[in-house]
Amino acid sequence: MASTTPETNAPATSGGMAFLKSNLREYGLLISLVIIMVFFQVKTDGTLFQPLNLTNLILQNSYIIVMALGMLLVIVAGHIDLSVGSVCGFIGAVAAVLMVNYNWHYVPATIVCLILGGVIGAAQGYWVAFYKIPSFIVTLAGMLVFKGLALAVLEGASVGPFPPEFQLLSTGFIPDPFAGETLRVASLVIGLLIALAMLIAKVRGRADRAAHGMENEPVLFFAIANVIFIGMIAAFSYQLASYKGLPNVLVVMLLLMLAYDFVASRTTIGRRIYALGGNEKAARLSGIRTERLTFYTFINMGVLAALAGLIFAARLNTATPKAGLGFELDVIAACFIGGASASGGVGKVLGAVIGAFIMGVMNNGMSIMGIGIDYQQVIKGLVLLAAVCFDVYNKNK
Amino acid sequence: MAEPILEMRGMRKTFHGVTALSNVNLTVQQGQIHAVVGENGAGKSTLMKVLSGVYPHGDYEGTIRYQGEECRFRGIHDSEEKGIIIIHQELALVPLLSITENIFLGNEQAKGGVIDWNASYVKTQALLTKVGLKESPNALITNLGVGKQQLIEIAKALSKEVKLLILDEPTASLNETDSDALLELLLELKRQGISCILISHKLNEISKVADAITVLRDGATVATLDCKAEPVSEDLIIRHMVGREMADRYPKRTPHIGETVFEVRDWVVHHAIHPERKVIKGVNLHVKRGEIVGIAGLMGAGRTELAMSIFGRTYGQNISGKVLVHGKEVDTSTVQKAIDHGIAYVTEDRKGYGLVLDETIAWNTTLANLSAVSRNTVVDEGKEFGVAQDFRKKLNIRSPNVFARTVNLSGGNQQKVVLSKWLFSEPEVLILDEPTRGIDVGAKYEIYTIIAQLAAEGKCVLMISSEMPELLGMCDRICVLNEGAFVAEFPAAEATQEKIMRSIVTSGVN
Repeated sequence: MASTTPETNAPATSGGMAFLKSNLREYGLLISLVIIMVFFQVKTDGTLFQPLNLTNLILQNSYIIVMALGMLLVIVAGHIDLSVGSVCGFIGAVAAVLMVNYNWHYVPATIVCLILGGVIGAAQGYWVAFYKIPSFIVTLAGMLVFKGLALAVLEGASVGPFPPEFQLLSTGFIPDPFAGETLRVASLVIGLLIALAMLIAKVRGRADRAAHGMENEPVLFFAIANVIFIGMIAAFSYQLASYKGLPNVLVVMLLLMLAYDFVASRTTIGRRIYALGGNEKAARLSGIRTERLTFYTFINMGVLAALAGLIFAARLNTATPKAGLGFELDVIAACFIGGASASGGVGKVLGAVIGAFIMGVMNNGMSIMGIGIDYQQVIKGLVLLAAVCFDVYNKNK
Repeated sequence: MAEPILEMRGMRKTFHGVTALSNVNLTVQQGQIHAVVGENGAGKSTLMKVLSGVYPHGDYEGTIRYQGEECRFRGIHDSEEKGIIIIHQELALVPLLSITENIFLGNEQAKGGVIDWNASYVKTQALLTKVGLKESPNALITNLGVGKQQLIEIAKALSKEVKLLILDEPTASLNETDSDALLELLLELKRQGISCILISHKLNEISKVADAITVLRDGATVATLDCKAEPVSEDLIIRHMVGREMADRYPKRTPHIGETVFEVRDWVVHHAIHPERKVIKGVNLHVKRGEIVGIAGLMGAGRTELAMSIFGRTYGQNISGKVLVHGKEVDTSTVQKAIDHGIAYVTEDRKGYGLVLDETIAWNTTLANLSAVSRNTVVDEGKEFGVAQDFRKKLNIRSPNVFARTVNLSGGNQQKVVLSKWLFSEPEVLILDEPTRGIDVGAKYEIYTIIAQLAAEGKCVLMISSEMPELLGMCDRICVLNEGAFVAEFPAAEATQEKIMRSIVTSGVN
């Protein structure tokens, strides 16, 4: 047809600024995390990035991040899971009873707990996926059920302490063969290796895209972004290395993060979850078994909630009936701050992780500054609202 | 003759550059039943939406004179105040509320915000008597049949002191007894002085009750027939409905038809929600290699239901019958199985069922056949890009690149992306449901060219369309579906719009 606009085959010659503008959401999130970090670093007179505090920051947020990985997939699939906090507490209770009261070895106990998490996820996902009962209701019920069961399993009392080997999950650090006195060399080396591996992966991905004639971000931009990124990881690992080294839980978290990001963005199952949340009818008509997929995302969520429960219990070294209270709200908030859409189909794994860190840094920073728990909540609530408003505004523009 | 109750002159309305009404004149006399007929897309519904204020004044051109004064409705509320009530094809009743609550919904019998249920009840009873319904005013809508629901809609209209009642396809989903009861009621209302505009495809019903008929075609009035002056034959109406020039709007093709590839036998489908209703009543169908078979029929004939029930049973329940590919019975009980057997279904609703709008062209193109662009479940984005790029070139999809989000494309380009998706699944049988709905003439020609190309490559094409000229222009054979059964089949050479229309409008009678 003559009247339509001609094809523009060549990639748009966009400069760094234009690129930044069109990818505002992705980079905006990272930039706001940096701004928030710098803000609290200044406001707390440098306490935020002190090795001890940095280590605590990671330990405090690890279980939220682990759950955010699963929650992101649930939200992308167009659902929600309100029960994760309760499940977290319940699994911690079961682990405590098994290991403390029945003297189980920590390995079988951990495995049983993870399987139990999967079963819980399946039990809830079954109703959501195959009976089309709104996930909000199913998991609200689950929230009450597992909160109650945790109380029942513990018979209302705290159970602990855990065997020392199990505690290492949360309180242990990567061993240091070099036996550095002030600097854990092994941890620093691992940190730098991770940074290097990520850089290589990025450069190769870029070369691969270029080889297929796909559009890439501008070179300068790519370079600057990566230098900052690598620099941050290096500085981060140096700080950690000068305390006790890399915490075990950070390693677990990093591996999970990379795995989930890969699954969500690169594999067919990830694709299908986004299709399911983006347009369930179209997904079904494209041969995707939407019900089974929904079921799987809930099983996955259950397993991750169980893992988070174990991490949390190991960190406190005791299982209490109140463990996990309100975690679901932090986890869900992390996903939405990270750019997930409540209507499904939109959201990134790394976004949710950054979202969780934004919440974590704010918690930590405000506590150091001496802001009371009352106003902390107010501020976090407003940040969540602002982040989502920004998303909606961006979308309508 | 007295002054007409309604006079619409020179009505014009466009949607984003597409003309829906170009020049419509409609005059309804006091106390008349005035039928409005025309093909799907002729502009009947748009005209009624203009009249009832759904499209407010200023959104269209032309003048509406009602009861002697010019009207400028800003919304449905304005037109209802004047006594113009429209009853849509999809009934606007709340299923889990009672008859009383539905009748007075938005018009509650209240004083100071407090509803007087006793008064409502008594008034409802009176209205139900008027429309000849013996139901308790407290009965829930969901427990009533469609026919009774239609009568409730009319009772609701009566409660608002209706002067001009507009019915859009009121008998489309009714059986014969219910239809007769409804038509009888219309005649009764006419005796009470209520004027009525009746939109219908069923010419036998129209000739039963109508005093005058206005025929619309392509958004313009082509004839106004007075049934009182002289009896109007169905032939005459049909000729007015379809009589358009057939220009060179379709690509030339010489069909090379081979052996039978795709067959459907004794296909029976029950309604997805009401299992007692049969939607498809024992359909037999076959398509040969390189053949384009058209399925004609009116809305609600069961065409999409037929296609979707074949394609992975995505519609209906209690489905029985056989699907054969190359003479062998195949299992199409899930979408994936249907795809594996080389069947593809291009939906009529590309936004609702075809695309994940938030995602890119490339992403949507590979969705139905992800395994072809992935290794060990890891998607090879480079390969995907190549595939999408090929289809973009081949189907001439206009976009900056294949990473454009599909939500930003025009209807024609979106349709091409959906086609790409299904072509990439490498089907032998393509079921195209309204492949050119809502896209402009130029893009239509491109879609036709693609379809012709596919047939030339030896694929079987089953094309469902409401636009008869399109079927006549493209197909080798046309089957006519009406009320869930095939009522006629024509080779392309013998088919005409008149014949197709006649087979539909007379099938109900025989």
